[in-house]
Amino acid sequence: MLYVPDNVKSFLTELGEIARFSTRFFREGFLPRFEWEEFFRQCYVVGYRSLPLVGLTAFIIGLVLTMQLRPTMVYYGVEVQIPAMVGIAIVREVGPILTALIFAGKIGSSIGAELGSMKVTEQIDAMEVSGTNPFKYLVVTRTLATMLMLPVLVILSDTISLFGAYLGVNLYETLTYPLFFKKVFDNLTYIDIIPAFIKTFFFGFAVGIIGCYKGYYCEKGTEGVGISANSSVVASSVAIFILDLIAVQISDMFQP
Amino acid sequence: MKDEVIKIEGLCKSFGANKVLDHFNLTLHRGENLVVLGKSGSGKSVLIKCIIGLIEPDHGKIRVLGKDVQALNHLQLDYLRVKVAFLFQSNALYDSMTVRENLEFPLRRHSFQLNDSEVDQMVMEALANVGLEHTVDMMPADLSGGMRKRIALARTLILKPEIILYDEPTTGLDPITGLEISNLINQIRDKYQTSSLIISHDMHCVKTVAHRIVMLIDGKCYTEGTFEELSASDDPKIKPFFY
Repeated sequence: MLYVPDNVKSFLTELGEIARFSTRFFREGFLPRFEWEEFFRQCYVVGYRSLPLVGLTAFIIGLVLTMQLRPTMVYYGVEVQIPAMVGIAIVREVGPILTALIFAGKIGSSIGAELGSMKVTEQIDAMEVSGTNPFKYLVVTRTLATMLMLPVLVILSDTISLFGAYLGVNLYETLTYPLFFKKVFDNLTYIDIIPAFIKTFFFGFAVGIIGCYKGYYCEKGTEGVGISANSSVVASSVAIFILDLIAVQISDMFQP
Repeated sequence: MKDEVIKIEGLCKSFGANKVLDHFNLTLHRGENLVVLGKSGSGKSVLIKCIIGLIEPDHGKIRVLGKDVQALNHLQLDYLRVKVAFLFQSNALYDSMTVRENLEFPLRRHSFQLNDSEVDQMVMEALANVGLEHTVDMMPADLSGGMRKRIALARTLILKPEIILYDEPTTGLDPITGLEISNLINQIRDKYQTSSLIISHDMHCVKTVAHRIVMLIDGKCYTEGTFEELSASDDPKIKPFFY
């Protein structure tokens, strides 16, 4: 019989449990009663409150990426292509993946810790005995909020990154604002933008569902809350990279 | 015969090899305060979580207000839970909500026809019952342990339940606050004619509230009686509780 190490077994078991948890999300998530008030509150929490961190990081990444690219581009005599190259890099990959990773760190951990703490202090049970479906109230609202807010954050982050890149270019030469963005958008096609945008919904879903799963099944008391928060970030970051790999493979099929 | 609001027959529950409840029987009558007494880890909390449907038993029957709990679907169970309130050992107040929002939470879910002023009136009435009207806009983290317990009690009262399940209501409280909570349990029973199942091993609380006591030992209903009857017992398994 095939020997399977214990850690591989537990990894596969957890993967199966997350898949079952996700199935429950799709089964229960779109049936009434829908918790609109909590959903909008979560959109505010996960979207609006993440904006300063995402915005700052995006600006710095745009700026630094441009500064790092510049010597090589100058060496090959193609510095005129910097806006196009930075634009494609940001829109296709850097913007979505970095925003998703920051989002996983900030929101994934906070969801894992919040639900974990609610679990160990019996607040989830209290919700259930008060006749509220805690899965719908806590998991569905948070996962839908992360799914919808991450794409919005990525659009904002890409825009702010491009402004950072514009500043990066203008540190060494003078390039007007319209010309910079003309060069960026002349080289961007729908094949660059649409797959990059679509994959962010999946990144948001992964962050939400994994954070909720880790918190919802938190064990070992207060120690477990820390473990939930930490493992939410690790697992959702790994999931983001795996989903990105799959998304790139799929989008490459549509490249002319 | 007195009206039975909870009837448990042959209840069994195991966690792995650990048999927590072993053919346990219990009956709670209308208007009665029944205490389930047992050592820590003897399965008392598991018992009331089975009653409210939070834990599924392995065998046995649980009838609450004439309904077979295991046979109810999710909606029917939610409807039953309006009539059966649960006071958690840890209070289980929602940390992210104010006292008002904590109390409004079950109301908003079950009493859709109420307008804002009616909801506000019910919240204030529930808080008045526990003497904490001034805490209405405070956060649970700003309250003392005793206040949190009383707020949790106010939340269980807000839907005017017929049965209240108390999971160790005085654990972690000083003797004076513990006595206040015990007196409050009696006042609530007198005012709302509720039936109460109280899990406890605090003998001051047991003496204050119990009409009848069921001893849960080795997963079974070992014996039952009034406080006076059991405290006079020479049984080596009962005597240590009343020492």
